[in-house]
Amino acid sequence: MATVATASDRSAGTDRTIRGKVAIVGVGETAYYKHGQAPEPEIKLALQAILAACADAGIDPRAIDGFASYSNDRNDPSRLAAALGIPELRFSNMQWGGGGGGGSAAVGNAAAAITAGYADCVVVFRALAQGQFQRFGAAPPTPTVSGEAALTFPYGLISPAQRFAMRVMRFMHDHEIGPGAQRAIALASYHHAQNNPRAVMHGRPLTPEAYDESRWIVEPFRLFDCCMENDGAAALVLVSAERARDMRQRPAYLLGVAQGSEYRNAARGHNAPTYASSSFTTVAPRLYAMAGVTPKDVSVVQSYENFTGGVLMSLVEHDFFAADEANEFLTLENLIAPTGRLPLNTSGGNLAECYMHGLELQIEAVRQLRGQSSNPVPGARVAMVISGPMVTPVSSMLIGTEDVL
Amino acid sequence: MSAPAYYLPAGMPRPVPEPDGLDAPYWEGTRARELRVQRCRACRGWQWGPEWICHRCLAFDLTWTAVEPRGTIYSWERAHHPVHPVLRGHAPYIVALVELPLAGSVRMIGNLLGDPMQTVRMGAPVEAVFEAHDDTTPPFTLVHWRVTR
Repeated sequence: MATVATASDRSAGTDRTIRGKVAIVGVGETAYYKHGQAPEPEIKLALQAILAACADAGIDPRAIDGFASYSNDRNDPSRLAAALGIPELRFSNMQWGGGGGGGSAAVGNAAAAITAGYADCVVVFRALAQGQFQRFGAAPPTPTVSGEAALTFPYGLISPAQRFAMRVMRFMHDHEIGPGAQRAIALASYHHAQNNPRAVMHGRPLTPEAYDESRWIVEPFRLFDCCMENDGAAALVLVSAERARDMRQRPAYLLGVAQGSEYRNAARGHNAPTYASSSFTTVAPRLYAMAGVTPKDVSVVQSYENFTGGVLMSLVEHDFFAADEANEFLTLENLIAPTGRLPLNTSGGNLAECYMHGLELQIEAVRQLRGQSSNPVPGARVAMVISGPMVTPVSSMLIGTEDVL
Repeated sequence: MSAPAYYLPAGMPRPVPEPDGLDAPYWEGTRARELRVQRCRACRGWQWGPEWICHRCLAFDLTWTAVEPRGTIYSWERAHHPVHPVLRGHAPYIVALVELPLAGSVRMIGNLLGDPMQTVRMGAPVEAVFEAHDDTTPPFTLVHWRVTR
Protein backbone atom coordinates (compact mmCIF):
# COMPACT_ATOMS: atom_id res chain seq x y z
CA MET A 1 0.00 0.00 0.00
CA ALA A 2 1.30 3.47 -0.88
CA THR A 3 2.25 5.66 2.03
CA VAL A 4 0.38 8.87 2.70
CA ALA A 5 2.03 12.27 2.99
CA THR A 6 2.36 13.52 6.53
CA ALA A 7 1.71 17.06 7.70
CA SER A 8 5.44 17.80 7.69
CA ASP A 9 5.77 16.47 4.14
CA ARG A 10 3.06 18.83 3.09
CA SER A 11 4.68 21.90 4.57
CA ALA A 12 8.31 21.14 3.68
CA GLY A 13 9.80 21.71 0.27
CA THR A 14 6.58 22.32 -1.58
CA ASP A 15 5.12 25.26 -3.43
CA ARG A 16 1.61 23.98 -2.81
CA THR A 17 0.28 27.03 -1.03
CA ILE A 18 -1.85 30.03 -1.82
CA ARG A 19 0.27 32.21 0.47
CA GLY A 20 0.98 35.55 -1.20
CA LYS A 21 -0.40 34.41 -4.55
CA VAL A 22 -3.90 35.83 -4.40
CA ALA A 23 -5.44 39.00 -3.01
CA ILE A 24 -8.88 40.32 -2.17
CA VAL A 25 -9.19 43.55 -4.12
CA GLY A 26 -12.87 44.41 -3.83
CA VAL A 27 -15.56 44.07 -1.17
CA GLY A 28 -19.20 45.03 -1.26
CA GLU A 29 -22.55 44.47 0.35
CA THR A 30 -26.16 45.50 0.06
CA ALA A 31 -27.92 47.35 2.82
CA TYR A 32 -28.50 44.90 5.66
CA TYR A 33 -32.07 44.17 6.77
CA LYS A 34 -33.87 42.38 9.55
CA HIS A 35 -34.97 38.96 8.30
CA GLY A 36 -37.92 39.08 5.99
CA GLN A 37 -37.56 42.80 5.39
CA ALA A 38 -35.43 42.89 2.24
CA PRO A 39 -37.36 44.89 -0.36
CA GLU A 40 -35.70 43.00 -3.20
CA PRO A 41 -35.61 39.35 -4.30
CA GLU A 42 -32.62 37.36 -3.08
CA ILE A 43 -30.92 37.08 -6.47
CA LYS A 44 -31.20 40.83 -7.00
CA LEU A 45 -29.44 41.32 -3.67
CA ALA A 46 -26.68 38.98 -4.86
CA LEU A 47 -26.27 40.97 -8.07
CA GLN A 48 -26.19 44.26 -6.18
CA ALA A 49 -23.48 43.02 -3.81
CA ILE A 50 -21.38 41.71 -6.70
CA LEU A 51 -21.63 45.05 -8.51
CA ALA A 52 -20.70 46.88 -5.30
CA ALA A 53 -17.61 44.70 -4.86
CA CYS A 54 -16.59 45.29 -8.49
CA ALA A 55 -17.06 49.05 -8.09
CA ASP A 56 -14.90 48.95 -4.94
CA ALA A 57 -12.21 47.09 -6.88
CA GLY A 58 -12.53 49.40 -9.87
CA ILE A 59 -13.19 46.57 -12.33
CA ASP A 60 -15.84 45.95 -14.98
CA PRO A 61 -18.11 43.13 -13.71
CA ARG A 62 -17.54 41.44 -17.08
CA ALA A 63 -14.00 40.73 -15.91
CA ILE A 64 -15.38 38.13 -13.50
CA ASP A 65 -14.79 34.60 -14.71
CA GLY A 66 -15.59 32.53 -11.63
CA PHE A 67 -17.86 32.27 -8.61
CA ALA A 68 -17.51 30.48 -5.28
CA SER A 69 -20.04 30.21 -2.47
CA TYR A 70 -21.11 27.91 0.36
CA SER A 71 -24.05 26.52 2.31
CA ASN A 72 -26.04 25.72 -0.82
CA ASP A 73 -26.49 29.34 -1.81
CA ARG A 74 -29.52 29.42 -4.07
CA ASN A 75 -28.03 31.82 -6.64
CA ASP A 76 -26.47 29.67 -9.30
CA PRO A 77 -23.25 31.02 -10.87
CA SER A 78 -24.43 30.19 -14.37
CA ARG A 79 -27.50 32.36 -13.89
CA LEU A 80 -25.40 35.14 -12.36
CA ALA A 81 -22.96 34.95 -15.28
CA ALA A 82 -25.79 35.11 -17.79
CA ALA A 83 -27.45 37.98 -15.96
CA LEU A 84 -24.19 39.93 -15.83
CA GLY A 85 -23.26 39.26 -19.45
CA ILE A 86 -20.00 37.61 -18.41
CA PRO A 87 -18.17 36.54 -21.60
CA GLU A 88 -16.89 33.22 -20.28
CA LEU A 89 -17.54 31.35 -17.03
CA ARG A 90 -14.43 29.39 -16.08
CA PHE A 91 -14.96 28.38 -12.46
CA SER A 92 -18.12 27.52 -10.52
CA ASN A 93 -17.72 26.19 -7.01
CA MET A 94 -19.89 25.26 -4.04
CA GLN A 95 -18.35 24.37 -0.69
CA TRP A 96 -20.23 21.44 0.84
CA GLY A 97 -21.65 21.65 4.33
CA GLY A 98 -24.34 23.72 5.92
CA GLY A 99 -24.08 26.62 8.26
CA GLY A 100 -21.41 29.27 7.93
CA GLY A 101 -18.50 26.86 8.12
CA GLY A 102 -17.77 27.33 4.44
CA GLY A 103 -17.20 31.09 4.42
CA SER A 104 -13.43 31.04 4.57
CA ALA A 105 -13.27 27.81 2.57
CA ALA A 106 -15.09 29.50 -0.30
CA VAL A 107 -12.39 32.19 -0.32
CA GLY A 108 -9.78 29.42 -0.25
CA ASN A 109 -11.45 27.59 -3.12
CA ALA A 110 -11.50 30.78 -5.18
CA ALA A 111 -7.84 31.39 -4.38
CA ALA A 112 -6.97 27.82 -5.33
CA ALA A 113 -8.68 28.26 -8.69
CA ILE A 114 -6.70 31.43 -9.39
CA THR A 115 -3.44 29.80 -8.27
CA ALA A 116 -4.10 26.75 -10.42
CA GLY A 117 -4.94 28.84 -13.46
CA TYR A 118 -8.59 27.84 -13.73
CA ALA A 119 -9.77 31.43 -13.53
CA ASP A 120 -8.43 34.97 -13.20
CA CYS A 121 -11.07 36.93 -11.32
CA VAL A 122 -13.29 35.03 -8.90
CA VAL A 123 -16.15 36.43 -6.85
CA VAL A 124 -17.02 34.90 -3.49
CA PHE A 125 -20.57 35.74 -2.51
CA ARG A 126 -23.46 34.86 -0.21
CA ALA A 127 -27.05 36.08 -0.43
CA LEU A 128 -29.87 35.43 2.01
CA ALA A 129 -33.45 36.61 2.05
CA GLN A 130 -34.92 34.37 4.68
CA GLY A 131 -38.34 35.98 4.48
CA GLN A 132 -38.57 34.52 0.99
CA PHE A 133 -37.47 31.05 2.10
CA GLN A 134 -37.31 28.86 5.24
CA ARG A 135 -35.76 30.42 8.36
CA PHE A 136 -32.82 28.71 10.04
CA GLY A 137 -34.05 29.09 13.61
CA ALA A 138 -37.49 27.49 13.29
CA ALA A 139 -38.45 23.85 12.85
CA PRO A 140 -39.19 22.87 9.26
CA PRO A 141 -42.89 22.02 8.93
CA THR A 142 -42.53 18.29 8.41
CA PRO A 143 -44.68 15.76 10.31
CA THR A 144 -42.06 12.99 10.09
CA VAL A 145 -38.26 12.91 10.22
CA SER A 146 -35.69 10.23 9.47
CA GLY A 147 -31.96 9.64 9.71
CA GLU A 148 -30.06 11.95 12.01
CA ALA A 149 -33.14 14.13 12.54
CA ALA A 150 -35.10 11.11 13.83
CA LEU A 151 -32.59 10.82 16.66
CA THR A 152 -32.98 14.47 17.70
CA PHE A 153 -36.16 16.25 16.50
CA PRO A 154 -38.68 14.14 18.50
CA TYR A 155 -36.83 15.18 21.67
CA GLY A 156 -37.08 18.89 20.86
CA LEU A 157 -33.46 19.06 19.70
CA ILE A 158 -34.11 20.86 16.43
CA SER A 159 -32.70 24.36 15.93
CA PRO A 160 -29.03 25.26 15.48
CA ALA A 161 -28.95 26.72 19.02
CA GLN A 162 -30.25 23.44 20.37
CA ARG A 163 -27.81 21.42 18.22
CA PHE A 164 -24.79 23.22 19.62
CA ALA A 165 -25.74 24.02 23.22
CA MET A 166 -24.59 20.63 24.55
CA ARG A 167 -21.13 21.01 22.99
CA VAL A 168 -20.69 24.33 24.73
CA MET A 169 -22.21 23.08 27.99
CA ARG A 170 -19.66 20.28 28.12
CA PHE A 171 -16.74 22.60 27.23
CA MET A 172 -17.73 25.12 29.90
CA HIS A 173 -18.08 22.31 32.43
CA ASP A 174 -14.70 20.78 31.56
CA HIS A 175 -12.90 24.11 31.91
CA GLU A 176 -15.01 25.77 34.62
CA ILE A 177 -15.90 28.70 32.37
CA GLY A 178 -18.42 31.13 33.79
CA PRO A 179 -21.16 33.13 32.04
CA GLY A 180 -18.97 36.25 31.85
CA ALA A 181 -16.95 34.78 28.98
CA GLN A 182 -19.91 34.47 26.62
CA ARG A 183 -21.24 37.83 27.80
CA ALA A 184 -17.99 39.62 26.89
CA ILE A 185 -18.17 38.24 23.35
CA ALA A 186 -21.74 39.51 22.93
CA LEU A 187 -20.93 42.91 24.41
CA ALA A 188 -17.91 43.35 22.10
CA SER A 189 -20.02 42.83 18.98
CA TYR A 190 -22.67 45.28 20.15
CA HIS A 191 -20.01 47.77 21.21
CA HIS A 192 -18.46 47.77 17.75
CA ALA A 193 -21.82 47.96 15.98
CA GLN A 194 -22.49 51.35 17.57
CA ASN A 195 -19.77 52.90 15.37
CA ASN A 196 -20.87 51.04 12.23
CA PRO A 197 -23.73 52.70 10.34
CA ARG A 198 -24.27 49.53 8.28
CA ALA A 199 -25.02 47.50 11.41
CA VAL A 200 -28.58 46.37 11.96
CA MET A 201 -28.00 47.02 15.69
CA HIS A 202 -26.43 50.45 15.14
CA GLY A 203 -28.02 52.73 17.71
CA ARG A 204 -29.10 49.74 19.84
CA PRO A 205 -26.37 49.37 22.49
CA LEU A 206 -26.29 46.37 24.82
CA THR A 207 -25.50 46.72 28.51
CA PRO A 208 -24.23 43.94 30.77
CA GLU A 209 -27.47 44.23 32.74
CA ALA A 210 -29.62 43.81 29.63
CA TYR A 211 -27.56 40.77 28.69
CA ASP A 212 -27.97 39.21 32.12
CA GLU A 213 -31.70 39.85 32.12
CA SER A 214 -32.29 38.52 28.61
CA ARG A 215 -34.28 35.33 28.26
CA TRP A 216 -32.78 31.93 27.83
CA ILE A 217 -33.04 30.45 24.35
CA VAL A 218 -31.45 27.17 25.40
CA GLU A 219 -29.06 27.00 28.32
CA PRO A 220 -26.20 27.97 28.18
CA PHE A 221 -27.30 30.49 25.49
CA ARG A 222 -29.28 33.62 26.27
CA LEU A 223 -30.96 35.68 23.57
CA PHE A 224 -27.86 37.82 23.04
CA ASP A 225 -25.60 34.78 22.69
CA CYS A 226 -27.44 33.91 19.47
CA CYS A 227 -26.91 35.46 16.06
CA MET A 228 -29.54 37.47 14.31
CA GLU A 229 -31.19 36.25 11.15
CA ASN A 230 -30.99 38.82 8.37
CA ASP A 231 -31.51 39.56 4.72
CA GLY A 232 -28.82 40.91 2.43
CA ALA A 233 -25.89 39.94 0.28
CA ALA A 234 -22.12 40.31 0.39
CA ALA A 235 -19.34 39.72 -2.15
CA LEU A 236 -15.56 39.80 -2.49
CA VAL A 237 -13.41 40.01 -5.63
CA LEU A 238 -10.20 37.95 -5.79
CA VAL A 239 -7.41 38.20 -8.36
CA SER A 240 -3.77 37.12 -8.54
CA ALA A 241 -1.23 39.05 -6.47
CA GLU A 242 0.37 40.35 -9.67
CA ARG A 243 -2.87 41.91 -10.90
CA ALA A 244 -3.75 43.15 -7.42
CA ARG A 245 -0.78 45.49 -7.23
CA ASP A 246 -2.14 47.69 -10.03
CA MET A 247 -5.66 47.98 -8.68
CA ARG A 248 -7.49 50.73 -6.89
CA GLN A 249 -7.54 49.38 -3.33
CA ARG A 250 -4.70 48.30 -1.09
CA PRO A 251 -4.65 44.52 -1.62
CA ALA A 252 -5.41 42.12 1.21
CA TYR A 253 -3.15 39.14 0.46
CA LEU A 254 -4.22 35.66 1.43
CA LEU A 255 -1.68 34.14 3.80
CA GLY A 256 -3.48 30.89 4.40
CA VAL A 257 -6.81 29.11 4.38
CA ALA A 258 -7.70 25.80 5.98
CA GLN A 259 -10.89 23.78 6.15
CA GLY A 260 -12.11 20.44 7.46
CA SER A 261 -12.86 18.83 10.80
CA GLU A 262 -11.64 16.17 13.19
CA TYR A 263 -11.94 12.36 13.09
CA ARG A 264 -15.61 11.37 12.77
CA ASN A 265 -16.87 14.85 13.55
CA ALA A 266 -20.14 14.07 11.76
CA ALA A 267 -20.81 10.79 13.57
CA ARG A 268 -24.57 10.91 13.92
CA GLY A 269 -26.50 11.52 17.07
CA HIS A 270 -23.80 13.71 18.66
CA ASN A 271 -21.16 10.96 18.61
CA ALA A 272 -18.19 13.10 17.50
CA PRO A 273 -15.25 11.83 19.58
CA THR A 274 -13.97 15.41 20.00
CA TYR A 275 -17.39 16.63 21.10
CA ALA A 276 -16.65 19.67 23.27
CA SER A 277 -15.05 21.50 20.38
CA SER A 278 -15.73 24.04 17.67
CA SER A 279 -14.27 21.59 15.07
CA PHE A 280 -11.06 23.62 14.59
CA THR A 281 -8.59 21.48 16.56
CA THR A 282 -7.00 20.11 13.38
CA VAL A 283 -7.86 23.01 11.07
CA ALA A 284 -6.21 25.84 13.03
CA PRO A 285 -2.69 24.30 13.08
CA ARG A 286 -2.85 23.86 9.28
CA LEU A 287 -3.95 27.47 8.89
CA TYR A 288 -1.00 28.79 10.86
CA ALA A 289 1.41 26.43 9.08
CA MET A 290 0.40 27.71 5.65
CA ALA A 291 0.28 31.35 6.69
CA GLY A 292 3.65 31.27 8.44
CA VAL A 293 2.40 33.39 11.34
CA THR A 294 1.63 32.73 14.98
CA PRO A 295 -1.31 33.87 17.14
CA LYS A 296 0.67 36.80 18.49
CA ASP A 297 1.11 38.14 14.93
CA VAL A 298 -2.66 38.47 14.49
CA SER A 299 -3.83 42.09 14.79
CA VAL A 300 -7.59 41.54 14.73
CA VAL A 301 -9.99 38.58 14.62
CA GLN A 302 -13.43 38.19 13.09
CA SER A 303 -14.94 35.02 14.54
CA TYR A 304 -18.32 33.78 13.34
CA GLU A 305 -20.89 34.06 16.06
CA ASN A 306 -23.58 31.51 15.48
CA PHE A 307 -23.47 31.39 19.27
CA THR A 308 -20.99 33.07 21.58
CA GLY A 309 -19.90 29.71 22.98
CA GLY A 310 -18.71 28.76 19.50
CA VAL A 311 -16.57 31.89 19.37
CA LEU A 312 -15.15 31.02 22.76
CA MET A 313 -14.07 27.54 21.68
CA SER A 314 -12.77 28.68 18.28
CA LEU A 315 -10.53 31.33 19.88
CA VAL A 316 -9.13 28.63 22.19
CA GLU A 317 -8.59 26.27 19.27
CA HIS A 318 -6.79 29.01 17.32
CA ASP A 319 -4.49 29.26 20.34
CA PHE A 320 -5.18 32.84 21.42
CA PHE A 321 -5.50 31.64 25.01
CA ALA A 322 -5.91 28.35 26.83
CA ALA A 323 -9.36 27.11 27.75
CA ASP A 324 -8.51 27.44 31.41
CA GLU A 325 -7.67 31.14 30.83
CA ALA A 326 -11.02 31.95 29.19
CA ASN A 327 -12.56 33.60 32.25
CA GLU A 328 -9.63 36.02 32.56
CA PHE A 329 -9.04 36.65 28.84
CA LEU A 330 -12.63 37.14 27.71
CA THR A 331 -13.45 40.59 29.03
CA LEU A 332 -14.97 43.46 27.09
CA GLU A 333 -11.82 45.52 27.57
CA ASN A 334 -9.66 42.84 25.94
CA LEU A 335 -11.96 42.40 22.94
CA ILE A 336 -12.58 45.94 21.69
CA ALA A 337 -10.76 48.12 19.19
CA PRO A 338 -8.49 49.98 19.21
CA THR A 339 -6.86 49.09 22.53
CA GLY A 340 -7.92 45.51 23.35
CA ARG A 341 -5.46 42.63 23.43
CA LEU A 342 -7.50 40.85 20.75
CA PRO A 343 -10.03 43.13 19.01
CA LEU A 344 -12.89 40.83 18.04
CA ASN A 345 -15.74 41.20 15.55
CA THR A 346 -15.01 44.84 14.91
CA SER A 347 -17.97 45.44 12.58
CA GLY A 348 -20.48 43.94 15.00
CA GLY A 349 -20.41 40.57 13.28
CA ASN A 350 -23.31 38.16 13.11
CA LEU A 351 -24.67 39.36 16.44
CA ALA A 352 -24.97 43.06 15.71
CA GLU A 353 -23.87 44.04 12.18
CA CYS A 354 -25.64 41.48 10.05
CA TYR A 355 -25.99 37.73 9.88
CA MET A 356 -24.75 37.70 6.31
CA HIS A 357 -23.95 34.06 6.97
CA GLY A 358 -20.56 35.26 8.12
CA LEU A 359 -19.33 36.78 4.87
CA GLU A 360 -19.54 40.26 6.42
CA LEU A 361 -16.59 39.06 8.54
CA GLN A 362 -14.31 38.59 5.53
CA ILE A 363 -15.26 42.09 4.35
CA GLU A 364 -14.48 43.58 7.77
CA ALA A 365 -11.10 41.82 7.87
CA VAL A 366 -10.21 43.39 4.50
CA ARG A 367 -11.36 46.82 5.68
CA GLN A 368 -9.16 46.49 8.77
CA LEU A 369 -6.08 45.94 6.60
CA ARG A 370 -7.02 48.95 4.45
CA GLY A 371 -7.67 51.17 7.47
CA GLN A 372 -11.33 51.48 6.41
CA SER A 373 -13.04 49.82 9.38
CA SER A 374 -15.48 51.82 11.45
CA ASN A 375 -13.54 50.47 14.46
CA PRO A 376 -9.99 50.54 13.11
CA VAL A 377 -7.17 48.68 14.80
CA PRO A 378 -4.16 50.94 14.24
CA GLY A 379 -1.44 49.33 12.16
CA ALA A 380 -3.38 46.14 11.53
CA ARG A 381 -1.21 43.91 9.33
CA VAL A 382 -2.63 40.42 9.84
CA ALA A 383 -6.35 39.69 10.14
CA MET A 384 -8.04 36.36 10.84
CA VAL A 385 -11.51 35.16 9.95
CA ILE A 386 -12.98 32.07 11.62
CA SER A 387 -16.03 30.62 9.88
CA GLY A 388 -18.90 28.64 11.39
CA PRO A 389 -17.69 27.01 14.61
CA MET A 390 -19.14 23.61 15.59
CA VAL A 391 -20.36 22.60 12.13
CA THR A 392 -18.40 20.39 9.73
CA PRO A 393 -16.49 21.23 7.69
CA VAL A 394 -15.37 24.50 9.26
CA SER A 395 -12.79 26.88 7.81
CA SER A 396 -10.63 29.81 8.74
CA MET A 397 -8.32 32.19 6.92
CA LEU A 398 -5.55 34.71 7.44
CA ILE A 399 -4.93 37.78 5.29
CA GLY A 400 -2.12 40.28 5.48
CA THR A 401 -0.78 43.52 4.08
CA GLU A 402 2.02 43.51 1.49
CA ASP A 403 4.75 43.99 4.08
CA VAL A 404 3.81 40.69 5.76
CA LEU A 405 4.63 38.71 2.61
CA MET B 1 -59.97 7.95 28.15
CA SER B 2 -57.45 10.76 28.56
CA ALA B 3 -54.65 11.30 26.09
CA PRO B 4 -51.36 9.53 26.92
CA ALA B 5 -48.91 11.63 28.91
CA TYR B 6 -45.79 12.23 26.89
CA TYR B 7 -42.75 14.22 28.01
CA LEU B 8 -43.19 16.58 25.05
CA PRO B 9 -46.64 17.21 23.61
CA ALA B 10 -48.07 15.11 20.79
CA GLY B 11 -47.47 16.67 17.41
CA MET B 12 -43.69 16.81 17.53
CA PRO B 13 -41.96 15.47 14.39
CA ARG B 14 -42.35 11.67 14.38
CA PRO B 15 -39.37 9.39 13.70
CA VAL B 16 -39.59 7.04 10.73
CA PRO B 17 -36.87 4.63 9.56
CA GLU B 18 -34.70 5.79 6.69
CA PRO B 19 -35.95 4.76 3.25
CA ASP B 20 -32.86 2.60 2.72
CA GLY B 21 -33.59 0.63 5.92
CA LEU B 22 -30.34 1.47 7.70
CA ASP B 23 -31.81 2.30 11.11
CA ALA B 24 -35.00 0.19 10.96
CA PRO B 25 -33.63 -2.37 13.49
CA TYR B 26 -33.09 0.42 16.02
CA TRP B 27 -36.65 1.68 15.77
CA GLU B 28 -38.04 -1.88 15.78
CA GLY B 29 -35.99 -2.45 18.93
CA THR B 30 -37.49 0.50 20.74
CA ARG B 31 -40.97 -0.93 20.04
CA ALA B 32 -39.81 -4.07 21.87
CA ARG B 33 -38.39 -1.90 24.69
CA GLU B 34 -34.87 -2.81 23.66
CA LEU B 35 -31.96 -0.43 23.09
CA ARG B 36 -30.11 -1.80 20.07
CA VAL B 37 -26.69 -0.54 19.06
CA GLN B 38 -24.59 -1.51 16.05
CA ARG B 39 -21.75 -3.91 16.75
CA CYS B 40 -19.27 -5.21 14.20
CA ARG B 41 -19.19 -8.97 13.80
CA ALA B 42 -15.62 -8.79 12.50
CA CYS B 43 -13.84 -6.56 15.04
CA ARG B 44 -16.44 -6.50 17.85
CA GLY B 45 -16.39 -2.69 17.93
CA TRP B 46 -19.49 -0.71 18.85
CA GLN B 47 -20.87 1.97 16.56
CA TRP B 48 -23.45 4.73 16.86
CA GLY B 49 -25.10 6.49 15.00
CA PRO B 50 -25.88 3.82 12.53
CA GLU B 51 -23.84 3.42 9.38
CA TRP B 52 -23.56 0.74 6.71
CA ILE B 53 -19.88 0.08 7.36
CA CYS B 54 -17.76 -0.39 10.49
CA HIS B 55 -15.60 2.71 10.88
CA ARG B 56 -12.83 0.68 12.57
CA CYS B 57 -12.29 -2.30 10.28
CA LEU B 58 -14.42 -1.32 7.26
CA ALA B 59 -16.41 -4.56 7.30
CA PHE B 60 -19.97 -4.40 6.00
CA ASP B 61 -20.94 -6.82 8.75
CA LEU B 62 -22.72 -4.95 11.50
CA THR B 63 -25.07 -6.62 13.93
CA TRP B 64 -27.74 -4.98 16.06
CA THR B 65 -27.05 -5.83 19.68
CA ALA B 66 -29.43 -5.09 22.54
CA VAL B 67 -27.54 -3.38 25.36
CA GLU B 68 -28.41 -2.76 28.97
CA PRO B 69 -30.09 0.66 28.80
CA ARG B 70 -27.97 2.37 31.41
CA GLY B 71 -25.48 5.18 31.09
CA THR B 72 -24.18 8.46 32.43
CA ILE B 73 -24.95 12.05 31.48
CA TYR B 74 -22.24 13.33 29.11
CA SER B 75 -23.87 16.70 28.43
CA TRP B 76 -27.29 18.33 28.58
CA GLU B 77 -29.25 21.45 27.74
CA ARG B 78 -32.41 23.12 29.00
CA ALA B 79 -34.47 24.47 26.09
CA HIS B 80 -36.68 27.47 26.74
CA HIS B 81 -37.49 28.98 23.34
CA PRO B 82 -40.21 26.99 21.53
CA VAL B 83 -38.83 26.31 18.06
CA HIS B 84 -41.81 24.13 17.11
CA PRO B 85 -45.44 25.28 17.34
CA VAL B 86 -46.49 22.42 19.65
CA LEU B 87 -43.80 23.41 22.17
CA ARG B 88 -45.43 26.76 22.91
CA GLY B 89 -46.36 26.76 26.57
CA HIS B 90 -44.40 23.55 27.24
CA ALA B 91 -40.91 24.95 27.84
CA PRO B 92 -38.57 24.48 29.50
CA TYR B 93 -37.55 20.90 28.89
CA ILE B 94 -34.25 19.06 29.20
CA VAL B 95 -32.34 17.18 26.51
CA ALA B 96 -29.58 14.85 27.70
CA LEU B 97 -26.67 13.28 25.88
CA VAL B 98 -26.06 9.94 27.55
CA GLU B 99 -22.89 7.89 27.30
CA LEU B 100 -23.28 4.11 27.40
CA PRO B 101 -20.18 2.63 29.09
CA LEU B 102 -21.52 -0.88 28.44
CA ALA B 103 -21.55 -0.27 24.67
CA GLY B 104 -18.20 1.29 23.84
CA SER B 105 -19.25 4.64 25.31
CA VAL B 106 -21.45 5.51 22.35
CA ARG B 107 -23.85 8.38 23.09
CA MET B 108 -27.62 8.51 22.89
CA ILE B 109 -29.96 11.52 22.94
CA GLY B 110 -33.21 11.70 24.86
CA ASN B 111 -35.18 13.86 27.22
CA LEU B 112 -34.27 13.79 30.91
CA LEU B 113 -37.45 13.00 32.81
CA GLY B 114 -38.45 14.74 36.00
CA ASP B 115 -38.55 18.38 37.04
CA PRO B 116 -37.47 20.46 34.03
CA MET B 117 -35.76 22.88 36.41
CA GLN B 118 -33.78 20.13 38.19
CA THR B 119 -30.05 20.57 38.71
CA VAL B 120 -28.33 18.31 36.20
CA ARG B 121 -24.94 16.81 37.00
CA MET B 122 -22.52 15.63 34.34
CA GLY B 123 -21.67 12.02 35.01
CA ALA B 124 -24.92 11.26 36.83
CA PRO B 125 -26.13 7.67 36.30
CA VAL B 126 -29.29 7.28 34.22
CA GLU B 127 -31.52 4.51 32.93
CA ALA B 128 -33.70 4.44 29.83
CA VAL B 129 -37.46 4.95 29.91
CA PHE B 130 -39.30 3.80 26.79
CA GLU B 131 -42.13 6.13 25.77
CA ALA B 132 -44.49 4.29 23.42
CA HIS B 133 -46.59 6.36 21.04
CA ASP B 134 -49.21 3.76 20.10
CA ASP B 135 -51.79 6.31 18.98
CA THR B 136 -50.03 7.27 15.74
CA THR B 137 -49.73 5.50 12.40
CA PRO B 138 -47.22 4.01 12.29
CA PRO B 139 -46.63 3.82 16.04
CA PHE B 140 -43.17 4.54 17.41
CA THR B 141 -41.30 4.53 20.73
CA LEU B 142 -38.91 7.18 22.03
CA VAL B 143 -36.11 6.53 24.53
CA HIS B 144 -35.91 8.94 27.45
CA TRP B 145 -33.64 8.90 30.50
CA ARG B 146 -34.16 9.10 34.23
CA VAL B 147 -31.56 9.70 36.93
CA THR B 148 -31.02 6.67 39.17
CA ARG B 149 -29.76 6.82 42.73
